[in-house]
Parts: sequence; C-alpha cells; structure tokens
Amino acid sequence: MDGSVSAEAVAWPDAIFAALRQWQVRQVVYVPDGGHARLIRSIHAEPSMRAIPLTTEEEGIAVLSGAALGGQRGVMLMQSSGVGNCVNMLSLVKTCGFPFLALVTMRGEWGEFNPWQVPMGSTTEAAFKLMGVETRRADRVEDVADTVNAAARMVFEGGSAVAVLLGQRLIGAKVF
Amino acid sequence: MLDRRDVVARLLANRGETMVVTGLGAATYDVAAAGDDARNFYLWGAMGGAALMGLGLALAQPEKPVVVVTGDGEQLMGLGGFATIALQAPANLTVVVLDNGLYGETGGQQSHTGRGVDLAAVARSCGIAEASRIADMAGVETLATAITKPGSGPRVAVIEIDPAEAPRVLPSRDGAYVRGRMQAALGVAA
Repeated sequence: MDGSVSAEAVAWPDAIFAALRQWQVRQVVYVPDGGHARLIRSIHAEPSMRAIPLTTEEEGIAVLSGAALGGQRGVMLMQSSGVGNCVNMLSLVKTCGFPFLALVTMRGEWGEFNPWQVPMGSTTEAAFKLMGVETRRADRVEDVADTVNAAARMVFEGGSAVAVLLGQRLIGAKVF
Repeated sequence: MLDRRDVVARLLANRGETMVVTGLGAATYDVAAAGDDARNFYLWGAMGGAALMGLGLALAQPEKPVVVVTGDGEQLMGLGGFATIALQAPANLTVVVLDNGLYGETGGQQSHTGRGVDLAAVARSCGIAEASRIADMAGVETLATAITKPGSGPRVAVIEIDPAEAPRVLPSRDGAYVRGRMQAALGVAA
C-alpha cells in the first residue's frame, strides 16, 4: 500500500486521521498492517496522539480499557487476521461497559492471494458479534469518513463497542 | 517466606493517590483484603491483561502513580506486555508480580516461574531497566515508598511469596460498577 497508488486511494487514511483528531483520540494501539501504514505514520507524527505498537491485538483491548478508565479516548488499528486473538479479552469491554473502537483492514475477502487469510477474514464480523462488538463496513472511499465518524460517535458519546471493517476492495488486494 | 497478604497490605498502606489494577485470582483477593478503595480496579477475567490495563491508565493519568498487582500465572499469559510497556516507558507505572510459582486458582499446578522462568529477567531484557526480585520485607518496604512517587518507573517487581493460600476476600464482580466508581474518583467522564 505504500507504493504508487492513486490520490483517491491515499485519501481515505487521511480522512480517518482527520476524524481521530476531531474526536480527540489520545491513545492509538496497533499491530502493524500494510493497509494502515499511512495512517500509522501520521499518528506517530502527531504530538496529541500516542502511538502504541502491540505484540498482539489482545493487548490493545486491555490498554484501551485502561485509557478509558483514566479518561482518555483510544482506538485500535488492526488487520482482520488479529480479530480472533481478541475474543477472550473482549470480555473486559463487555463486562465493564468500556467504550471500544477498532478500525480493521480486511484480508481474505477480495482478490486475496493467500488462502491462510481466508478463514479469519470470512469470520471477522462473526467473531466481533460473538463478543458483543457492533460492526460497520466501508467498502468505498467516499464512505470511510462517514462510517468512522458514525462509529466514533457511538463509542465516545454512547460508550458502545464498534469495529469498522475497511473492505479489501477499498484497500486493494495485497500483491507480491 | 513472605506472606502475600502482608506484602500487599504493606505496599498499599500509604498509597496516597495510587490507582491499583489487580490481576485475576488471588491478587484480586489480596488487594481487596488490604481494604476496598474506589481507586482499585479488580479484574476477575481478561487473563494476561492486567499490566496492559495499567499501561493505558498510567498514560492517561501521568501525574498519578499506577500499580498493577498480579500473579505469575496471569503475567505469563501476557509476556509480550513487558515489551509493549517498555516502548512506552510510563514513569508512573509499577507492575508487582506476586510469584508463588504455581496456579493457585486451578489446583496448584506448577507454573513456568516455578520451573525457572524469571519474570524480572524477562522484563529487563524487554527494556524495563528497573526490574528486580524481592524476597524480604525490607525490599517490600523500599518498593512501597518508591511506587507512590510517579516519575521513577516503569518498574517491575517480582516478589517471591509463600505458596500457601490465604482466605478468600471477594470484592465486587460488577465490572461496570467498579469502572464507574474509579472514574468518579478520578473525576473523568464515564
């Protein structure tokens, strides 16, 4: 995703970044991901946000719950393959009613060359729903900002747990 | 050997504004036994998440000391957390691991620390320079003074405790209540 891509294709990570700034997100936990590479760079360069790399996604659930306990807003950036890692840790969000926002880049659903991505990609939404996390999808560039903003409102004003799934068709299938 | 209840009672005796996150199992009961407090957040699940929850809290409240009290089994499930904490290096975070070398909640099976894994060494190799093992009350006294001073961490203290079980002291299992109570104590929006 870092190579030569169209202006439209690079616009959506910037739209997400603008939304996160607007919502005064302070802690951004992430497992590195190609689809989020541009956004991750922006967050590292933004003084009002703390970029927190994780060794595995479930760590991020605990960090964000601690952040909320202490009065800061946070978001998790991750790839669909990491959603299964989160299942038990999401009991923290569900039991305590912590707000939770995840922005998930999808693999295994559109032109995926790697069959190992398909089992988790095809069950990402179900895995979130299993643990009471609402899911919203954005498959077109023009839908990204609205979808992220709508999800952020549910999370930061309503205390809900919401994952925005950024479709692989939007991101572009990874090629080698 | 150190009695776990004596250790935790001493650590929290002059806690001041310290916020405490507990790892599930006996560590939760130990902190409850030392006295319920609106600044205690008790975990009854989310195994492997205690130190990381402490990280998020410590970053959100950098002026206040945050102490995680957990057990060796809980911390073993979140070993990567030491690496994540080391990168952020929150000066106000202390992770206390009560190490009895076994899984007390599930029948006393020997844990990895009971068979030689040194969690303080793991923390140090991740980049947490202030990682030590404590085996006597003098060490606990020194730690108790240090944890209330935000600015000297991050710190990991592995305290070798007697494996004997203590009577259960059960705090609230209502996670939403405990969350709201702490947020109110901190004066932050729920």
